[in-house]
Formats: sequence, C-alpha cells, structure tokens
Amino acid sequence: MEKLIKTNRRDFLKVAATATGGLFIGFYWSGCDSPKMQVLTDDEVLSQALDFNAFLSISPSGDIVIYSPNPELGQNIITSFPMIVAEELDADWSRVRVFQAPLDNDKYDRQLTGGSGAMPHSWERLRKAGATARYLLLSAAGEKLGVSANELEAKEGKIYQNGKQKFEFGELAADAAKLNAPDDVSLKDPKDFKIIGTPVKNVKNREMFTGQPLYGLDVYREGMVNAMIQRPPFGMKIKSVDDSAARSVPGVTDVVVFKNNVAVVGNSTWPLIKAKRQLRVEYEPDGAVESSFDHDRIMKEMLDSKSAQVMRKDGDVENAFKNAAQVISSEYQCPFLSHSPMEPQNFFAHVNGDKVELIGPTQTPDRARMETSQLLGIPKENITVDITRLGGGFGRRLRADFVVEAAELSKILDKPVKVSWTREDDMTGGAYRPAVRYRFQAALDENGNMIGYKLRGAGINAGNSTRENNFPSGSVDNLLIENIEHRSPITTNAWRAPITNFLAYAEQSFLDEVAIAAKKDPVALRLELLDRAKKNPVGEIHYDIERMRGVIETAAEKSNWGKSKDTMQGFSVYFSHRSYVAQVADIVMEGGQPVLKKITAATDCGIVVHPTGANHQVRGGIVDGMGHAMFTNMTFENGLPKQRNFDSYRLIRMKEVPEIEVHYVDSGYDPTGLGEPALPPTGGAIANAIFAATGRRLRSQPFIEQKEFSDIKLQIRRT
Amino acid sequence: MAKFNLKINGSNYDVDVEEDTPLLWVLRDHLGLVGTKYSCGIAQCGACMVHINGEASYSCTLPVSSVGSDEVTTIEGLSKDGDHPVQKAWEDVDVAQCGYCQAGQIMNAAAFLKKNPKPTLEEIENAMNRNLCRCGTYHKIREAVAQAAKLK
Ligand code: FES
Ligand code: FES
Repeated sequence: MEKLIKTNRRDFLKVAATATGGLFIGFYWSGCDSPKMQVLTDDEVLSQALDFNAFLSISPSGDIVIYSPNPELGQNIITSFPMIVAEELDADWSRVRVFQAPLDNDKYDRQLTGGSGAMPHSWERLRKAGATARYLLLSAAGEKLGVSANELEAKEGKIYQNGKQKFEFGELAADAAKLNAPDDVSLKDPKDFKIIGTPVKNVKNREMFTGQPLYGLDVYREGMVNAMIQRPPFGMKIKSVDDSAARSVPGVTDVVVFKNNVAVVGNSTWPLIKAKRQLRVEYEPDGAVESSFDHDRIMKEMLDSKSAQVMRKDGDVENAFKNAAQVISSEYQCPFLSHSPMEPQNFFAHVNGDKVELIGPTQTPDRARMETSQLLGIPKENITVDITRLGGGFGRRLRADFVVEAAELSKILDKPVKVSWTREDDMTGGAYRPAVRYRFQAALDENGNMIGYKLRGAGINAGNSTRENNFPSGSVDNLLIENIEHRSPITTNAWRAPITNFLAYAEQSFLDEVAIAAKKDPVALRLELLDRAKKNPVGEIHYDIERMRGVIETAAEKSNWGKSKDTMQGFSVYFSHRSYVAQVADIVMEGGQPVLKKITAATDCGIVVHPTGANHQVRGGIVDGMGHAMFTNMTFENGLPKQRNFDSYRLIRMKEVPEIEVHYVDSGYDPTGLGEPALPPTGGAIANAIFAATGRRLRSQPFIEQKEFSDIKLQIRRT
Repeated sequence: MAKFNLKINGSNYDVDVEEDTPLLWVLRDHLGLVGTKYSCGIAQCGACMVHINGEASYSCTLPVSSVGSDEVTTIEGLSKDGDHPVQKAWEDVDVAQCGYCQAGQIMNAAAFLKKNPKPTLEEIENAMNRNLCRCGTYHKIREAVAQAAKLK
C-alpha cells in the first residue's frame, strides 16, 4: 500500500535554513508511479480540511487528515492509531496524512504514553471516529443521489452505488461535515478489516531517514537561548558556587543559580558543555546521602524485619510451611537502572508574561502543563504544549522535572530557552528503576504440590514492589505477599514494565527452582497451577486463566519444548499490562560453553492492529529485557551514579542478540498494549536456560557480574 | 574563534567557531543540519555518524579544526531525494522505532556497504556493532543492511 508522507514541520518547528535536505513537500516517498493529481502541501490541506471530529478532517481535495493525540516514542502509535480511524472510514490509506496533535484537554482524554494503555483506551473511540465520518459521507451521498444511504457502499475513499463509483470522499466533505453525527454507529466486523492487521509503513519514515527535524533537541526558535544545568547529587544541596571559569568560556552569556541548579546559558551547545566542566560547585548533605553499599544492607535488613505491609493473604501460610515435606527459599536482587533513551532529556520553554509555550518530548504533556502552572502560578489555559517526537522514553519522560526547570529558567532569563541535557546529566539526574530484593519461599507436600507460597519484596523507593494478584496468586491455597519500602532521596520512577521488569524474572526463576525441587517439568508445573486456579480458585484472580494457558502452550509447541536433547531450554511466562507473553530461551553447548541461540515468544494481546509495530515491540521488549538482565548495572556512591555514560553503563549491542521468533495467539479479544508486556518474561527465560545448561542459578542482575557466572563464557549467536 | 571553510554535502560553508568545537555541534547549531544526532558525545553510540571522505566517523569527538578540506556527508546529503539504497531498504524493512539512532545507523551502513558490497551476515553484525539502538531494532537493521546490499 502506498503512503503519502507529509513533511509539515509545524510552525513551531522552525529550523535554521539549511543548504541541503530542504523541505520535501507532498512527496511520494516509496511510490514509483507518481500520482496524476496535484499534490498539495500540508499547509494547503490543513487550511481546507473540514473537521469531522477530534481525530479526523477531510479536505475537498480528498486528502484525509488524522490527528494522533498520544506522544510517539517508538511504539508507532502515530501509524497504528490512524490505521484504526482510516479502517472504519474506509479511507484510501495513500491519501492519509498524519499529524501529532498538541495537548488539548477538550478534544482528547488520556493524552499520554505509558502503561501500555493507549490502545485499550482508544480502540473504540478511534473506530467510532472513523465510522461516524463514514456514515456522514454515505448520508451526504444518499441525499445527493436521492437514495437511502443503505444502498451505497464506501470503499477506499470512494462511494459506490451498485458497484458504480459515484463520488470521492473529498467531493462530499463539505456537505457531510455539516450533518449531525449519529449517537450510535455500527462498527466493522474484524474479519472485514483491510488496513488493520496489515504491515503499513511507519508514517514518519521519510523524515526519520532523511534527517528532518522531528525531535525535541531539533527545536529551534528565533531569539531563543540554549542552556545546560548542573544538578545536585541526590540528598545534597549547594554550599557554594564558583562560576568564574565557566563564565570566561567564549560563547557563554550567563550563569544562573536557581534552587539547587546552576544553569549555564549561551547561544550554542558546545560552549555550555565546556563551561559546565568548569563550574566549581560544592555540595553539602541535605538529608541522607546514600551509596549502593548502604542499599544492599538496608534491603537485607528489611527482608528480616518483623513487620511488613501485607499485600495479600490467603489460607493459613504458617501451618502450610509447618507441615511441608520440603521448603524452598531463595532471594533475588536487581540494581537501579537508568532509562537512558537515545535522545537525552530536553525541553523548550517560553514564559512570556502570563503565557507559556512549551515544546518538547514528554510522555505526559498534561502533567508538564500542570506542574508548570503550579510552579509559575499561571493558569493552565495560558499554557500550550506541543509534543515533538520522542527519541525513546522508557518511562523517564513520564515525569515533568525537565519541563518545569526549563520554564523556571525561561522566566528568570525572560527569554525563550531550550534546556538540553548531556548524556552524563541524563544518567546522573535520572529517575531510576528502583533497586529491589525479593525473598521467595515455597512449601511443597510429599507429592511435590505447592501448598504454601510466600513473597516479600524490599525496595528502595519502589512503592509496592510486588504484584500481589498476579500469578501464581489464586493457584495456591496458602499464600502471603508482603512489601516493605525504604525511602531514599534517589528519585525513582516507572521504568518500562514498572516492577514487573524485575519481579517477573525473579518469580519465574523461582518457579523453575520449585519445579526442579518438585521433580516436575517447568511447563507442566505452570499448567498444573493454572488447572488448580481454575478448579479451585483461591481468593481473587486477576488474570485470564485460559489466555495464560494459551501462550504457555503456544510457546512450548513452537519452541519444541523438551523435544531436543541437545537444546537446553528455559521457560518463562508473565501477564502484565493486560497482555500475556510466554518465552522460551534455547541454549546449546559448544566446546563445553553455552551458546544462547534463540528466544521464542508467544503473545496474546488480542487483535494485532499493526503487525510491524507489534513485532517491533515484542522483539524490542525482549532485547531490552535481555540487555538489562545480562549487562547493565548502576551503582551509587554518595548520591551519584558511578556510571555516567555508555562507556561504563553497558547497553546491549547488535552482536549480543539471539534470534527472536515471534508468535501470536489469536484470541479475538480487543487489542491491548504491547509497549511493555514482552519485556518481563525475558530475564527468567534466559536465566532458566542458563541453569539448564550449566547448573548455575543466577539470582541477581546483571548476570555477567555474578560470581556464579564468572567462569561461564556465554556466547550469543544466531547461527 | 576561528574561521573554517567546510565542504558538506557538496556545498561550501563558512563558520566562525572555537577550534575545539566538535563537528557535530557545528552541523547542528551553526548550520541547522540537525539530522546528525547527539546521544553520548564520547564515540560510544554512533548517533552522530557522518562520512568523512566516505568513511563513517563519529562527529561528536571530531574537532572542526581537524576536518580541513575533507568531504563531509551527513544524512541530509546522503542522497538527493532520500533514495539511497540504504534509505530505501530502511523504509522497506520499516526499521525504526523511536528513530533517533537511525540516521547514524544508515550512515554507518552506507559507508560499510560501499567498502564491502557483498557482506556476510557476520560482517554486517561486526560493522553495525558500533551503533547503539536503545529501542532494540537490531534484527531489523541487520535485515535492512542485507537487503540494501541486494538493492545495490
Ligand atoms: S554521540 Fe557520537 S558516538 Fe554517541
Ligand atoms: S530506534 Fe530508538 S534508539 Fe534506535
């Protein structure tokens, strides 16, 4: 399917004139046959287009304008949302132009990217937006022809009567837009979908692959200044600032101290990077100044503490453990992690009297506005937020710290300002995945049945480090889930698949330990627990037993689970963010050392709206989960991470990813999100495969730093 | 401050900047060529890759004073209409997630394929291992480089 890529830079993205790589206007990027009709610019289309609803306008030229309200950070919602609208509209996809909508509370709700929640939230809304407009176009056509709309048919942007083309959508736009929208409108049967479920190309490919300005760091405004900020270590405040050397760097126009920040200001980036290195800032404690060493001790103490918050309690756990034939007990720990999106944090702000303009990469434009409004005492209505494409988010951009500081600095300087973070700023001024330690205990009877299960989570600023209603809750008669938290000045935040990004690994590894102790096959053990949850549910059950079983069985089948003597396999399954994912990791031994070859994933996310995007999220989630489980560590010393850039903060690279095979279970449910659910099971599948291959149980991340791993030379090879 | 005359994407540019300014910031801040990205600044991620006389190079650690009369190519100048075989393969394979790393990936791949037009998958992996993709699009990148090799 051809697709029209527009190149509107939006008014707010005024970029310095460039000699090459100029504007590509109304250009058919991948099309070989150039269309006969005149191709309008985005501005022309936008100025003519008639609004049908918040998502959709149609221009008399036949061009379809679809607005994507949610921030785009790589989940490709900017393609998949318009696909849904276009599907129900019966649009010609090659005439669709997609625009990122600015923050607008009147038109949209839930304008945020997080929690894999956009798809379930908007699925029906988007379908209705398209279907309503289609209904109005058919009605307008019916009126013109003097027939009932029921006699007409819409297809690929045209209206037909008895198979004969009567109108193009554009010809009807003006009349149709005047009609009253019906309260109810019928939606397509999913089996009639023509756009949904097809591998439509990312609508931003052209801009991305030719280097057009798209991201927050690319924002340029006449009259704006650049700034960088030195922020304090966690738990510290400024004692003194000597900025004389920084001020003398050519290109630096100002140094401003506000709160515990020191901002260097200038007209371009490099002088600021240099000047920041020249700042002499002395800090003093402002509360607890912590190091990883302290956290290790604190988490262990919390696991032994007399009291903890009970999150869920079923049956009589004490009795079960007293009567157990066998008790298995194990502890798992993970470090803090930085989100480290490839685009470091940045934001543009212009406080102009009682008006504020904000532009940049945020996952939560609404929060950015609210916090700016609170800080400056300027009403929300006076603050606009334009959302640029995000060079990754992973949860870091759910916060608004980087927006508010830009707004505050703009007010102080009385100028439009773009605040950019260096990689070091991004890594040391983070909002990290919390460090957590878990203790799991299982009581088995003489037949190897799990009669008791205990989990205590101890986290540093982790909030609830457990997910008390997740599997295996509901399948064990006697169960106790507890949580205990240490409050630290180190800021933590949601990190892709919050909590479950580590909990799943720990729990799925522990279940592997249980299976081995019970002399059961790991897959059989999980299925047996699901059977028990079905026949004899204990307490509330928050997952769909059959969907969970579906992905387990599919992953086992597709991976030939247990069929090959030479392949050592590890199994893992997790339900999070409304989707179900099971994974199997395959290791073979070569020359006495393990080679990780493949991960097979089975996913149930309901209807797969956009297969390319879904594959990206499943594979990307697995690569992400694997990389951080295996390689990445973040340790703190006196309130600062020791890892400050990619030389010491090790991210996974191309040569370190195995083959990944992706399967979907066609459950027919409405679609659920996929930004997160594929990540949690990965670490467990790999750790369990490593155990199967080497007998070494990895109970902490990153794997490569564990002593159990020190004499293992794991290779990762796809062939 | 010092004046430099740079050859970029076939045009000549005069800039007046400090000598130690990395080429990356000259491109982005002074010439408005923002397709070349900043991510680490220490030659670890490849987001800033450009061609210097056809060779894929990290522009974040390359002082403008050492560019001299070398030919610089950025993503904006890789092809006139965005139709370089590597760009086309990137579109066909639909490689990107957030896309932030992809200009650097494309530049690295294009320089690599010029030197090694018929690479094995292993050679592709070795060459592309210089570039980080935080979104984990590595499978797609490998596929697209292999496809571009065929397109050529
Ligand atoms: S920005 Fe140059 S290699 Fe990372
Ligand atoms: S696509 Fe996001 S960093 Fe590569």
